[in-house]
Amino acid sequence: MKNFSWQLILVFAVIVAAIIYVLPTFKPGLWPHRQINLGLDLQGGMHLVLEVDTAKAVEGQVERISQEIFEQLKKKRIRNVSLDRVNGTKIAATIHNPESLDKFNELLKEDFDFLKRSQETASGVTTLIIELSREESDQVEKLAVDQALETIRNRIDQFGVAEPDIRRQGENRILIQLPGIKDTDRAKDLIGRTALLEFKLVDDTQSVNAAVQGNVPAGREVLYRVDVDSETGKTSKVPLLLKKRTLLTGAHLTDARVDFDQFNIAFVSINFDKKGARIFERITGENVNKRLAIVLDDTIASAPVIQEKIAGGQARITGSFTLDEAKDLAIVLRAGALPAPVNILEERTVGPSLGADSIRKGLISMCIGGILVVLFMIVYYKGSGLIADLALVLNIILIAGGLAGFKATLSLPGIAGIILTIGMAVDANVIIFERIREELLLGRTPRAAIDAGYDRATLTILDANVTTLIAAVVLFQFGTGAIKGFAVTLSLGVIASLFTALVMSRLIFDYILMGRKVKTLSI
Amino acid sequence: MRFIKTETHINFIGKKNIAFYLSIACIAISFLSLIIHGGPRLGIDFAGGSLIQIKFTSATRIDDIKSGLKSVGLGKSSVQQFGERADNEFLIRTESTQRGGEGFTSNIKKALASSTGDQVEIRRIEMVGPQVGEDLKKKALFAMFYALLFITIYISGRFELKWMLSGVVAAALIGAVYIFNLFNVSIPFLIGAALLVSLVVFWFLELKFAMGAIVALIHDVIITVGLFSIFDKEFTLPIIAALLTIIGYSLNDTIIVFDRIRENSRKHHKKPLEFIINRSINETLSRTILTSLTTLMVVVTLFVMGGGIIHDFAFALIIGVLVGTYSSIYVASPILLAWQARAKK
Repeated sequence: MKNFSWQLILVFAVIVAAIIYVLPTFKPGLWPHRQINLGLDLQGGMHLVLEVDTAKAVEGQVERISQEIFEQLKKKRIRNVSLDRVNGTKIAATIHNPESLDKFNELLKEDFDFLKRSQETASGVTTLIIELSREESDQVEKLAVDQALETIRNRIDQFGVAEPDIRRQGENRILIQLPGIKDTDRAKDLIGRTALLEFKLVDDTQSVNAAVQGNVPAGREVLYRVDVDSETGKTSKVPLLLKKRTLLTGAHLTDARVDFDQFNIAFVSINFDKKGARIFERITGENVNKRLAIVLDDTIASAPVIQEKIAGGQARITGSFTLDEAKDLAIVLRAGALPAPVNILEERTVGPSLGADSIRKGLISMCIGGILVVLFMIVYYKGSGLIADLALVLNIILIAGGLAGFKATLSLPGIAGIILTIGMAVDANVIIFERIREELLLGRTPRAAIDAGYDRATLTILDANVTTLIAAVVLFQFGTGAIKGFAVTLSLGVIASLFTALVMSRLIFDYILMGRKVKTLSI
Repeated sequence: MRFIKTETHINFIGKKNIAFYLSIACIAISFLSLIIHGGPRLGIDFAGGSLIQIKFTSATRIDDIKSGLKSVGLGKSSVQQFGERADNEFLIRTESTQRGGEGFTSNIKKALASSTGDQVEIRRIEMVGPQVGEDLKKKALFAMFYALLFITIYISGRFELKWMLSGVVAAALIGAVYIFNLFNVSIPFLIGAALLVSLVVFWFLELKFAMGAIVALIHDVIITVGLFSIFDKEFTLPIIAALLTIIGYSLNDTIIVFDRIRENSRKHHKKPLEFIINRSINETLSRTILTSLTTLMVVVTLFVMGGGIIHDFAFALIIGVLVGTYSSIYVASPILLAWQARAKK
């Protein structure tokens, strides 16, 4: 009898706690506990896994270093050295006379000591292979992912999604979950574009067509501008020969805004910071009457002629944008360029109507399945069946409370897990009741039968449920997203059914028999 | 109310030979189907690819859909009806993981609207790139492997009540896996090897209960996979989850029966094993049928009313419940008998 009240308190405490956690889902704002988290497959939304192309990040760094070395060679007037890229991440410097070699080595030691160097000499010509050290390139890769994460977060913030979830996954992957998003194409574009803004000079002195055929002069490259005919809507690609060297990048932008020109066509107006403004002033000052190409992700947006020196650091990016395109461009320019391109590895998008349908179908199945089981238990076990049914209802409340309390996410397989629990939870009660029936048949009193029934069934019940629990825990560990939801509800269901069958229904039986001389048991 | 009046005396074990041939036949058919289909049919979760679920407002012909898809370069995709006929929903499945970025979905919508003359709604899109597909495959196989490992350790300890021995089993398994791993064997082989090693260890350590349980498990999984192959259903992540659940559930059943067998072995130690097993199964019959019944009730409801997405998952569970119950009686227990026959020789 002493144990009696202790167990009663425990049962009530657990039930009350569960109800406290569950109620906010039905009456939001009731008190400061959260509602049950719905997975993307139930509330609709987009799930993306991106991979940051860290190899390209390293290549980009090497390119920058290569350009710096080129500058330094010019400044220190070291001649007869030609730089080439090898294998994307190495620089091959070919030096044609030994004097230059000494000066070059000195330069490398002074300013570029962190680079790895290896030397080869063949027929009087020395080739130095320059590359980043292992630690350096690892560092570049790690920084690239960090920066990509931040940039994407900025872009999504500006896009305006409620409760986005953006996090790192593994070494170079990013996981993005955007609940409730409707325009998925636009969101993917916004997230995925590198948005590298570069200003390069157009080389009008040499032949574009020759370069397109394959004769690209040193230090030059061919990029294309996409023109859209406003009447026919047809696109055409116009090649331009550019000087490779990037004079200015979007890193110096302080602001980018959408504006409209006199034809009411949208363009993006950009502002540079002080340093960028100075560079821009110098570029425009030195190159009046030449064309400056504004390059976005290796595509030329426009290449206007520089009319005069532009001070004040303001410029326009035009290019037959729709309003949405201009808005999105402004967002990515403000948030910054991605340090390396990202690839979409996995996408799962569920429309809101499907999400609502799934919830509805899941709940209907749960209700119908539940009612079938409840009725069956009453018919088969009569009064005791009612006790088992009460345990079942409490099970569901406990699972829901657990979900809310542990901030777990409910998915469609998760609902299936709850439904499965309904069918399997009855098992514990069945085992106990069958034992009790057996004991009654052997001639024991109801009191003794119940005690014996519970005693002998307890170990068996624990046993049988452990294997389901092992399966659920393994699923939780290795499962992703929706499957994790299933593992959680299954585990909660098993634990809840153990609790209700062994502790709670026992309590009810004890209470019924308390102090009375009961001759028969409704079982 | 009772289904089983007290004291049934069905001679289950007497039918064990028929059951044996039935099981062998089922397993053979399963393997045959797998061989014919070139292995299990993998969904995009494991094989990579794209899946688009679309809904029309009225009845549409698949040919119209296909011609619309061709115009946007998705001519190689397969189109299947999804869910109820009245839903007008279809599943487009393609191997390409190209995401045409801007306007991809609106292009498809436009193309389909013009080729079928009907409004189309895109309900869901799933795209799994090849790397992620490989990752998920590995995860699924690891999940099955670890589940097997822990379950093996648990049942060898629990049944034989020789926890030291179960420790030995665990060590043997981990050791064997480590060695096989050195040979860079693929994961399915690893699992097969682990199973073989467990069986051999059980044989030598005479852990007959554990052996019976594991053989019943293998039997269940093979038949479930085989039925999926026969009905040409896809293996996706939820199906793997269903398989693991089935393993747990089938073991439940087996444990219940074995517990009884052990209890009756003590009570009736003078009677032959056949008698004990029969009696145990009869005694637990009520409980076995009832639990299977209630579980089937809910899972069939899920199968019928749960909608297309959870449909295959429910199907797997239904098979699992039925086969799991069968295997506790007709696979696990006869192995105990076979042991005794061996011991007598």
